[in-house]
Amino acid sequence: MVLQQLSNGLTLGMVYALIAVGYSLVFGILRLVNFSHGSVYAFGAHMAMLFVSMQFGIIPAFILSIVLTGILGIAIDKMALAPLRAKKSKGIAALITTIGISYIIQNVLMITFGSQTKFFPKLFDFGSIYIGGVAFNTTQICISGVSLMLLLILSCVIRYTKVGLAMRAVEQNQKAANLMGIDVNFVVTFTFFLGGASAAIAGTLISGYYQIVYPNMGFVAGLKAFSAAVLGGIGVLYGSIFGGLVVGISESFAAAYLGGSYRDAVAFLILIIVLLIKPTGLFGKKGITKV
Amino acid sequence: MLSIRNINTHYGNIHALKGISLEVKQGEIVTLIGSNGAGKSTTLGSITGLLKATSGEVWFKGQNITNASPSEIVKMGISLSPEGREVFPALTVEENLQLGAFTRKDKKGIKESYERVYELFPRLFERKKQTAGTLSGGEQQMLAIGRALMSSPQLLLLDEPSLGLAPNLVLMIFELIQSINKQGTTVLLVEQNANMALSIANRGYVLETGKVTLSDDAKALSNNESVRKAYLGHI
Ligand SMILES: Nc1ncnc2c1ncn2[C@@H]1O[C@H](COP(=O)(O)OP(=O)(O)O)[C@@H](O)[C@H]1O
Ligand SMILES: [Mg+2]
Repeated sequence: MVLQQLSNGLTLGMVYALIAVGYSLVFGILRLVNFSHGSVYAFGAHMAMLFVSMQFGIIPAFILSIVLTGILGIAIDKMALAPLRAKKSKGIAALITTIGISYIIQNVLMITFGSQTKFFPKLFDFGSIYIGGVAFNTTQICISGVSLMLLLILSCVIRYTKVGLAMRAVEQNQKAANLMGIDVNFVVTFTFFLGGASAAIAGTLISGYYQIVYPNMGFVAGLKAFSAAVLGGIGVLYGSIFGGLVVGISESFAAAYLGGSYRDAVAFLILIIVLLIKPTGLFGKKGITKV
Repeated sequence: MLSIRNINTHYGNIHALKGISLEVKQGEIVTLIGSNGAGKSTTLGSITGLLKATSGEVWFKGQNITNASPSEIVKMGISLSPEGREVFPALTVEENLQLGAFTRKDKKGIKESYERVYELFPRLFERKKQTAGTLSGGEQQMLAIGRALMSSPQLLLLDEPSLGLAPNLVLMIFELIQSINKQGTTVLLVEQNANMALSIANRGYVLETGKVTLSDDAKALSNNESVRKAYLGHI
C-alpha cells in the first residue's frame, strides 16, 4: 500500500516537475510568473489527442504536439508579452496578460473541441511487472522514466550547451548578456519554446495516465506545478524537480490516507508552510528580484 | 579608428549627451574624464549599441556603426568592460570568459584569447572554476576586463576600472591597461581618477554635463589650470 502510493506519487510528481520547470524557466529569464502555462499544458494534451484521433500514431502525435505547443509558447511571448517589454511596462501588466491568455486558450479549446471530457488512449500500458512480490505498474514506470529523461535532457541543455550558457547569462544580468553579443530576444523565444514543449509532454503523459482530456484540465495541474516551482525556489531547475516530487507524493498519500477531498489541498498547505519558514523556497536564491 | 560626430543621447526627457564629438586613433590610449553624471557611461553606451543615440553618427574603421546592435558592434571589434564590473555572479570565471567570446566561432583564436587573458591575469587562471560572485572586487574587475578581451577587440572601452579598488590594486590595473595597449589594443578609458588616467593616456577629453569642454594631449591637460582645480584635487 505504501509502496503503491509512493509509486503513484512519484509518477505524478515527475509530471508536475515537468510543468513546474516551465514556470521556472520563464521566471528565471523574465522574472514573470506565466499564468498561461496551465492552459498551454491543456493545449498540448488536446493537440496530442487530435493527432491521435487523426490516426497519426502515438509517437508522431506526441512530437507534433510538442512542436505546436512550443510554437504556441513563442506566439504568446511574441504577440502579447514582447510588446509590453518593448514599452517597458510594469511587471503586473504582463502578469495580468498571462491570466487573460490563459482564458483565451481555454475558450478556444472549448469552442474547438467542446467542453466535455474526452477519451485519451492509454499510454505505455504493458501490464504489471513483479519484483520481489511487489507489483509495479509499467505505465507509471514509463511515465516517470520519460519525464526523468526529459528533465535530464533539459538540465544538460542548460548546463552544457551554448544556448544554455546564454540562458544562464540572461537570467543573471540582461544588460551584460547584451554586451556579450547575446541576442536576448532569441533567448526569451527559446525559453518559451522549451516551456511550451515540456508542458505538451506533461499534458500528453497525464492524459495518457488518466485517459481523459478537457479544456480546463490545466487549472489545477498548473496551480500545483506552480506551487511545486515556488516550493523548490522558482527559477531554480532542480528546485522545481524536487518541488514536483514533494507535491506529487504528498497528494497521493493525502488521497489514500486522508480521503480524496484532501488531495488538492495538501500541496498548497505544504507550500504555505515552506514559504513561512523560507520565503525564497527550499533552494531559492536571495535577491532574485534584482535586474 | 573611432570617430564620434556630434551625438545626442536621451533617457526619456533627460538630454544626457548634448552633441559630443571625439576621436580615437589606432594604438592610442584616450581618456574621457569628468565628474559623476557628466555623461561618460552614456557615451560608452551609445558606442556599444546599448543606448540609441537620437542624432549624430558613430564611425569605426570607416564604417558607420550608429545604432548598430550590441552583437554587431562586438563582432566589429569593440568591447566594453562596464562600470561596476557586471560579471555573471553565479557563473564560473571560465564561463564568464567564455561568454566574452560568445560571438566568435574560431576555436583556435578563442584558445589564444584565453591564454592571453590568463597570462595577463594569473589570478583568474587560479580561480577559473570559482563562481564570479565569490571573487574580490579587484578580481572581479580583472574578470570584467578579461571578459571584454575575449572577443579579441581592436578597441577596448573601460568604464571606471579603478572604482572602489585599493590604491595598490588601482596601480596594478593601470599597469595592465598599459600592457594591453602595448599588445596592440586601442583603449578608450573612462575615469573619475583623472590623475591616473592622464598619466597613462596619450590624449584626453573633459566632459561636463553632456558636453566636451576640453580636449588636448594628456600632458597638457594635467597641466591645465582648470582641470587641475576640478579633477586633480589641486595637487
Ligand atoms: N538609466 C538612466 N535613466 C535616466 N537618466 C539616466 C540614466 N543613466 C544616466 N542618466 C543620467 O544621464 C546623465 C549622465 O549619466 P552617466 O552617463 O551615467 O554619467 P557618468 O558616467 O559620467 O557618471 C546623468 O544626469 C544621469 O543622471
Ligand atoms: Mg558612469
